[in-house]
Amino acid sequence: MKILAFDTSNQPLTVAVVENHTILSEQLINVKRNHSLQLMPAIEEALKQANTTLTEIDRIAVANGPGSYTGLRIAVTVAKSLAWAQKIELVGISSLKVLAANSLSTSNHYIVPVIDARRQNIYTGLYQRDAAGKLVEVSADVHIESSDYAKQLTEIEGTFELIGLDAPAFYETFKAELSDRVVLAPPTQNLPHASALAFLAQEDEAVPAHELVPNYLKLAEAEENWLEENPDHKGDDWVEKV
Amino acid sequence: MLILSIETSCDETSAAVIENGDTILSNVVASQINSHKRFGGVVPEIASRHHVEYITLIIEEAMEEAYVQFSDLDAIAVTEGPGLVGALLIGVNAAKAIAFAHNLPLIPVNHIAGHIYANQLEAPLEFPLLALVVSGGHTELVYMKEHGSFEIIGETRDDAAGEAYDKIGRVIGVPYPGGKHIDEMAQLGEDTFNFPRAMIDEDNYDFSFSGLKSAFINKVHNADQKGEELNREDLATSFQHAVVDVLVSKTVRAAKEYDVKQIILAGGVAANSGLRAGLKAAVAEELNDVPLIIPPLSLCGDNAAMIGAAAFLDKEKYTDTNLALNAQPGLTL
Repeated sequence: MKILAFDTSNQPLTVAVVENHTILSEQLINVKRNHSLQLMPAIEEALKQANTTLTEIDRIAVANGPGSYTGLRIAVTVAKSLAWAQKIELVGISSLKVLAANSLSTSNHYIVPVIDARRQNIYTGLYQRDAAGKLVEVSADVHIESSDYAKQLTEIEGTFELIGLDAPAFYETFKAELSDRVVLAPPTQNLPHASALAFLAQEDEAVPAHELVPNYLKLAEAEENWLEENPDHKGDDWVEKV
Repeated sequence: MLILSIETSCDETSAAVIENGDTILSNVVASQINSHKRFGGVVPEIASRHHVEYITLIIEEAMEEAYVQFSDLDAIAVTEGPGLVGALLIGVNAAKAIAFAHNLPLIPVNHIAGHIYANQLEAPLEFPLLALVVSGGHTELVYMKEHGSFEIIGETRDDAAGEAYDKIGRVIGVPYPGGKHIDEMAQLGEDTFNFPRAMIDEDNYDFSFSGLKSAFINKVHNADQKGEELNREDLATSFQHAVVDVLVSKTVRAAKEYDVKQIILAGGVAANSGLRAGLKAAVAEELNDVPLIIPPLSLCGDNAAMIGAAAFLDKEKYTDTNLALNAQPGLTL
């Protein structure tokens, strides 16, 4: 199975083409750039370098959140448009899980990917490798105040590895609650790799292209406030064909 | 020549298939108005979220309604700007991906040019022409000596006409978008308040609507403070007459000076019945041999059909898929 995978959910941009157990090409850029400008040319380049074309791709894998709202929408829009236009299978994978996949931790450790959500909040989740080395989600991805999450982790036995570009900024917060039960992943593991995303997507079930949307983990502020006052309208459909 | 066009500049997700720049094979529009009505105006983040939910569905519907396959298409067109950046990005990235997937040329289109070219779906454009472009974000008089040539000879110095409608709509408590409701109320009242017609006699083609808006708001607030009840229909009629008088009088004057062969109306406020009737009457009376084109209501609001019509012009200029195309939120004509 040939997979085209990409992630623009935060500042790094990564695109890879993977065939079964082999990485054919991979790009990773981590400078402040414009994903809308860069993503399609990077996809074209990744396919070219892998000596393949879109028509030979069996599956598209995209990191669909959480992360920068705009970054998520660019990747998800490109992914669902390519998948729909060429009838290619489509899989959305958590941006946090992609980061967690960098960790080589064994089953005794918890992996805690961290993405800065501003105002001391983070997007995070709890992952672990099982005895067979497979990455499993222990608890769901959340948007949460960083020190609240650190407090929650004190209830769990074991050690925690913070991973991701934003992890160092929150290390002290976690250390304050967990002291030496928390460690930072080495900087070599802090960037998302589209190849890892592709490997994660091999086992997942494909979703219909129309249905894939970003997993923001947070409502727009206006929507949040409105739903607080109108709780009966949760899940209403607001868009109509005219 | 078949063009698949995509428009996501504000709060409508739209896709269309247009033949030869003048024939609509399909024009599917998903409106988010009900969503933004909750907040009294368009919330950009929410608009972007809706676009990404609906984009491929709407494009698929447009192709199905037109009975076309990708192999039938000659190009993809997309609005690159002006508009809300997050909203534009969805259309631009979907268009790039689809153009890449099927190796089709990608034609970027200016949203305002699109509004002007909505008229070409009604009748062939004849030059030189004068376009009155009126929407929530724009109020301008555009002189076109030929296809693709846009000279702005006058524009608003402050609020756009549609923006003024929405703002005074909020003051008298009609739901978003205010323009439509004010227009309906304006049919029922009389012009009793005699609001100012700013810049109507000035020797230029610019507009100003913020003074009118303030005069309106002051009138309502003063009455509120005194506990007086003003007739809402009369307020609406008086406001609408003031807007329409200025727009129409400057359009007619410019049409005479520039000796145009055609006058066209464009933009969301082209749906306003007072403006449509006022312009029709004035052109008939003062410019009796100059034809006036007004788009049907379905093509006044944002839609992808107009983008496909405008794109047809540039089909020779854009023969490749420009994968580095980006949204241009501040694009001008």
